[in-house]
Amino acid sequence: MSLRRLHHQQPASFAFSAANKARVEKEIAKYPAGRQASAVIAALWIGQEQEGWVTKPMIEAVAKMLAMPFIRVLEVATFYTMFNLEPVGKHLVQVCTTTPCWLRGSDEVVKACKKHIHEKPHTVSMDGKFTWMEVECLGACVNAPMILIDSDTYEDLDGPATEKILQSLRDGKTPKPGPQTGRRSSEPEDGPTTLKEKV
Amino acid sequence: MARKLIIDGKEVEAEDNLTLLQACEQAGAEVPRFCYHERLSVAGNCRMCLVEWVGAPKPQASCSLQVKDIFPNKDGTPAKINTNSPYVKKARQGVMELLLINHPLDCPICDQGGECDLQDQAMAYGRAAFHRFAENKRGVEDKYMGPLVKTAMTRCIHCTRCIRFATEVAGVPDLGATGRGEDMEVTTYLEKAFASELSGNVVDLCPVGALTSKPYAFNARPWELRKTESIDVMDAQGCNIRVDARGREVLRVLPRLNEEVNEEWISDKARHACDGLSRQRLDRPYIRRNGKLAPASWAEAFAAVAARVAQTSAERMAAIVGDLAAAEEIKALKDLMTALGVVNLDCRQDGAKLGGPRPTYLFNTTIAGVEAADALLLIGTNPRWEAPVLNARIRKAWLHGHLKIANAGAPVDLTYPVQQLGADATLLEALADGSHAFATVLMSARRPMLILGVGAVSRPDGAAVLKLAAKIAADTGMIGPAGSPSEGGWNGFNVLHTAASRVAALDLGFLPGKAKGQTGRDVAGIVDGAQKGEIDFIYSLGADEFAADKLGRAFVVYQGSHGDVGAHNADVILPGAAYTEKDGLYVNFEGRVQEAERATFPPGEAKEDWAILRALSDVLGKRLPYDNREALCAAVVAQAPHFTVRDKAPVHGGADPAVWNAVGSKGPLDATLPLASAITDYYLTNPIARASRTMAECSRAFGHGASAMAAE
Repeated sequence: MSLRRLHHQQPASFAFSAANKARVEKEIAKYPAGRQASAVIAALWIGQEQEGWVTKPMIEAVAKMLAMPFIRVLEVATFYTMFNLEPVGKHLVQVCTTTPCWLRGSDEVVKACKKHIHEKPHTVSMDGKFTWMEVECLGACVNAPMILIDSDTYEDLDGPATEKILQSLRDGKTPKPGPQTGRRSSEPEDGPTTLKEKV
Repeated sequence: MARKLIIDGKEVEAEDNLTLLQACEQAGAEVPRFCYHERLSVAGNCRMCLVEWVGAPKPQASCSLQVKDIFPNKDGTPAKINTNSPYVKKARQGVMELLLINHPLDCPICDQGGECDLQDQAMAYGRAAFHRFAENKRGVEDKYMGPLVKTAMTRCIHCTRCIRFATEVAGVPDLGATGRGEDMEVTTYLEKAFASELSGNVVDLCPVGALTSKPYAFNARPWELRKTESIDVMDAQGCNIRVDARGREVLRVLPRLNEEVNEEWISDKARHACDGLSRQRLDRPYIRRNGKLAPASWAEAFAAVAARVAQTSAERMAAIVGDLAAAEEIKALKDLMTALGVVNLDCRQDGAKLGGPRPTYLFNTTIAGVEAADALLLIGTNPRWEAPVLNARIRKAWLHGHLKIANAGAPVDLTYPVQQLGADATLLEALADGSHAFATVLMSARRPMLILGVGAVSRPDGAAVLKLAAKIAADTGMIGPAGSPSEGGWNGFNVLHTAASRVAALDLGFLPGKAKGQTGRDVAGIVDGAQKGEIDFIYSLGADEFAADKLGRAFVVYQGSHGDVGAHNADVILPGAAYTEKDGLYVNFEGRVQEAERATFPPGEAKEDWAILRALSDVLGKRLPYDNREALCAAVVAQAPHFTVRDKAPVHGGADPAVWNAVGSKGPLDATLPLASAITDYYLTNPIARASRTMAECSRAFGHGASAMAAE
């Protein structure tokens, strides 16, 4: 983790779309009156879904909406690394490099990202389509190594499989999420060892 | 409920509502700490207060462990707590070692050196023998927190005291911690200045040198300073201060603990206006010759005054007391003027329609009593500017109780929620006859109070405002039984003065007098008289807050410490002492008499003010009957016996309808004139503050002057 600061270039304004505004209001309604500040993480998350990253105007808009001091929202936005404080490409590629994924070859996945997206993480690719970053465990260790692209996980990867996914996204297609080796889900790689027949 | 504990082998009883740290302190043990502070919420993040609970698997952070959670041993014997065992020492040494991993070794260039908690505790718990971290220390960018707080954030140990102070006590949540873990940084929102009138207190709170005083940077070491206990005069609260001086110069002002007045806070003006004490000083007498002020000797100056007094009749003479005067010189001036037969005396430069029986111009609830109130009506006042430390007390009452607050006056951010009733003075009539909604709130409150600002009573219709305020107080049960609030007594009628000298001057009757069919003029009358040529001689005791530049052809003697508007328009200047340069009695707005000690000597030929008046009285042939300060204080006490009671607020003596019915006078209210505070620029309210560069910078940084101009 490194120092988390707001990006040096910020958009002029931010407003929730009507649908997202309704979603934030629904989050606020989950908490007792006067405790609306509890919805800050949800509000920032919805804002990030809308814009791709957390902007200064967004922080201020959320603070005003929740009647919080600006600094309190900035604290939250800088605390959680899943809030992107810099612009990201159209697709955000999060590569898990925690121990199980690393043992199963996440280095190859990282190499593919470097080749296809950018040498440096947290950097938007030349065509604006991708940003990649290393993250900690995303909870799909049984299908390691894996990546999270936007809200879909792609599992059982190696270098070429990753490149294929990235290329098809670049071409505007939607690759099928989940294991990329033909596994249905997280059963053993060489077929089931138990419950082989229907009883 | 209390339960038994064995602390360091001593069996003690500790109340359930205490923390273990407080219980240990009650048992006489000393527990080191960084993040814990009595007046802030418990954070429990520095871990320095570790103690041993025998049988527990780990050392316990005593600041966040409550006594009620400590259970006795299995055999029923009380829990054993050790605060000085080798186990505790080792645990604390470990914490200290971790704290020092990233703390720079820059004590030689750190302003906190010599009064640093980390330095002191490292002496006790540091591992001097070896250091096992060869890695580079953490680098952190310094932050901008305004013109008063200097930052060196590499020194920060993340205790979050400053953040908690800003959020809880000051009520200005500008500070926060961004990032986490090693990257945590204490900062304001994107380099914004910390916009509180109490911001200087975070410097005192900071246990290390991360936040230090910007104006005092690299000025002195604490052991070089001469410390003198004094009283602040920047507002009328009478905050207890310690004046730190080196040689002739006051280098800094720090708060002293006084639970009844200022707890341990002081305002930024009290703390940082001290550089004004060495600027714009009047250090020798001046006489106006051919339209220009020229230096003169004391004898020449006295002769000039005496010559003028000799050719002026008493009814054409006047005297005005300024806002920073101590009781001694007020008494001396009053006696001198009375001896000369002068009745045109006034201490109310702002024209406040106050006077009369003592409770009608005091803050009767007392500052500590505010915490017991449950409804508060503010009338034409902005306590945040007029008495910032009192405002923190009101905020505390709101935070910990159910204080309902309404403001009749210009809407301002007071750091707590306030029901804005509007600034139209006529709403006081609705409050007084009970038809206003908030009158019902006051009526149903057990301990209602109101705070009447000087801004509300110095309007042309101020006497009518005062009358209505007294009626509201009487009708809503604010004037309760006799006694102090802690004993069940209650008096909710409060006047919030802004001038430190005002209550003493009113106590000593420095008000327009009566003689030979002549009624004395008040300040407005004196100015008017001077312009019309009916007043020829004005003696100004440091009065700078009235129209001192519109005195026509009157001969003005200015006795004071600073070359401000009063001195610029004077014909004779007699250089006096500022509040740090004389022993003096000050009476705060509660009526509490407090004594300030002299910290330094007045500059140049300047003298203590009462001594100047005493010497002048000799030249005028009306020798005052006191040769030293003791005799003068005795004369003060002879006139106003309550001056014998020091450091205590007067106790409410019970409701006396005759007093409260006679306050103010009936009259029409001016609906076109909004109720507003008497202060337009918090940082520049008196000659010392106006001479201070720090205060000028604050005024600029926080845009007080600009907003005042925009409003005009």
